[in-house]
Amino acid sequence: MELKLQLRKQQGSFLLELELNVCGERIGIFGPSGSGKSTLVNLLAGLTRPDSGSILLNGQPLFDSSTGANVATEQRRIAMVFQRHALFPHLSVRKNLQYGYQRCPTKERRIDLAEVAELLEITDLMGQMPDTLSGGQSQRVALGRAILASPRLLLMDEPLSALDDDLRYRIIPYLNLVSERFKIPFVFISHSLVEMRLMADQVAVLEKGRLTGVVSPEQLARQRMGQSPAGYINLLEMGVPKERQGLLAFPWAGGELLLSGNAETESGLFELSSKDIILCKRHPDAISARNLLPCTVRSLFEAGSKIGVELDCKGGTLVAEIVPDAARELEVTVGSIIWAAIKASAFRRL
Amino acid sequence: MQFAPADIQAILLSAKVGVVATLVALPLGFLAAWLLAFGRFKGKLLLELLFNLPLTLPPVVVGYLLLLLLGSQGVLGKLLDTLGIKIIFTWKAAVIASVVVGFPLLVRSIRLAMEGIDLHLLQAARSLGAGRLDVIVTVILPLSRRGILAGSSLFFARSLGEFGATIIIAGNMPGVTQTLPLAIYDYASSPAGESTALLLCLVSVLFSMGILLLHELILQRKKGA
Repeated sequence: MELKLQLRKQQGSFLLELELNVCGERIGIFGPSGSGKSTLVNLLAGLTRPDSGSILLNGQPLFDSSTGANVATEQRRIAMVFQRHALFPHLSVRKNLQYGYQRCPTKERRIDLAEVAELLEITDLMGQMPDTLSGGQSQRVALGRAILASPRLLLMDEPLSALDDDLRYRIIPYLNLVSERFKIPFVFISHSLVEMRLMADQVAVLEKGRLTGVVSPEQLARQRMGQSPAGYINLLEMGVPKERQGLLAFPWAGGELLLSGNAETESGLFELSSKDIILCKRHPDAISARNLLPCTVRSLFEAGSKIGVELDCKGGTLVAEIVPDAARELEVTVGSIIWAAIKASAFRRL
Repeated sequence: MQFAPADIQAILLSAKVGVVATLVALPLGFLAAWLLAFGRFKGKLLLELLFNLPLTLPPVVVGYLLLLLLGSQGVLGKLLDTLGIKIIFTWKAAVIASVVVGFPLLVRSIRLAMEGIDLHLLQAARSLGAGRLDVIVTVILPLSRRGILAGSSLFFARSLGEFGATIIIAGNMPGVTQTLPLAIYDYASSPAGESTALLLCLVSVLFSMGILLLHELILQRKKGA
């Protein structure tokens, strides 16, 4: 997908003015509240008319103030998914799913209802009304409804922010799966760096109605490390654990990590804050942290008043953050060997 | 005590005027409510004031203004005359009086229901390929149906009680334009008609209570939903 925007929109005292050229299948729009993310989504969908500028999707103009072109929302074939699912409450799940499908020109229909339902695991919900569904089920139905309209682009306005943490990370694989299977690119809004890293290939960063840059999600997470209360979030995919001395030993990057948890803790994706990694110059004689990993410093980067240290731990990557004084005392340089100490309780299952 | 044939006719005419007025007002009220709930245009406030005016004006004033408009010297009256259509002093005038006087109640009820619809539903429908009319038919109409039903019942009840505007533009001709309130007025004005007036009042009370009960049931269902 190729998306080219040049937009200007004044709304009261707020001005959105940006030029954006992106090429990719999974585009994130990141920014704090009031940065203009939702305004941008409404302009893209055709729900709000820009004061001036142009919107080109795969070379086709959706809006162009110089020629007066303005394709109506219903003809843009940009299906929207909202924060709170927005399922039609008077229609069953099946009829909700069929809504966009039936309105898509026959020759453009390329997605089968049964296949989508199976993929999103909503086949058994077909006869139910939306008010009987859980938050996660509702969002999966909303996603299925949008996909079945065979859109050229899926536009999602904070699609996961109304869900609990636990549910949020279970929806992401579905999103990536349907987008990939049916070759539907998506643009989504979020202010979560973790969501950006799990869902986006490229991120357009907005601030006060302006575009401050297009970066990779990884770059963005590193840039924001110093400003985020949680620091940089390391995402660790871990295998099936074994119980050991009251802890769980998870295989990770050719070694293993000890985590506190119970027998129900499964394999999967875990998060670890850069603030929870302690760096030691030498192997400590005794330490309460249950994980002590020998690592090589792969790179160093500045993030505000902090220094980020990218570590190679037997093939696995971790990012730790330290203050400049600590960096001097540790004498960290690229290629130096350092020990990373991590408490067993510092990990959180996503 | 029995009703005279003219009394029965008055009851039936009231019901007829009420039903026809509701059927005429409903699509207009829906359109007005839609404009006020979702429309963004200059003059919206003026339109809103205009729709609500009959709620605060004395019905007699409404009737008089309608008479000026629809009378033989009125702008619309002249036009209707040339088309051979006679409105004033017919039962159709009673319908028009009811429509105008009860219109704000109907619009308010439907508009409130429409304003309760999550805007994201409408945006989702548009993004899924539904045009404006399609959205109205498949999303707005079904989701405001309780407001439509509640507004219609209230409008119908108001229509049954309409007096001031009706007597001015439809007159009070037994068997022709005399509705229930006009018949009660006639009986109450004559010394011998007191008991019939009371009986017709009872019919009116029963009628209204039945409709208001229906209205309340619709609202209760709305709360329960």
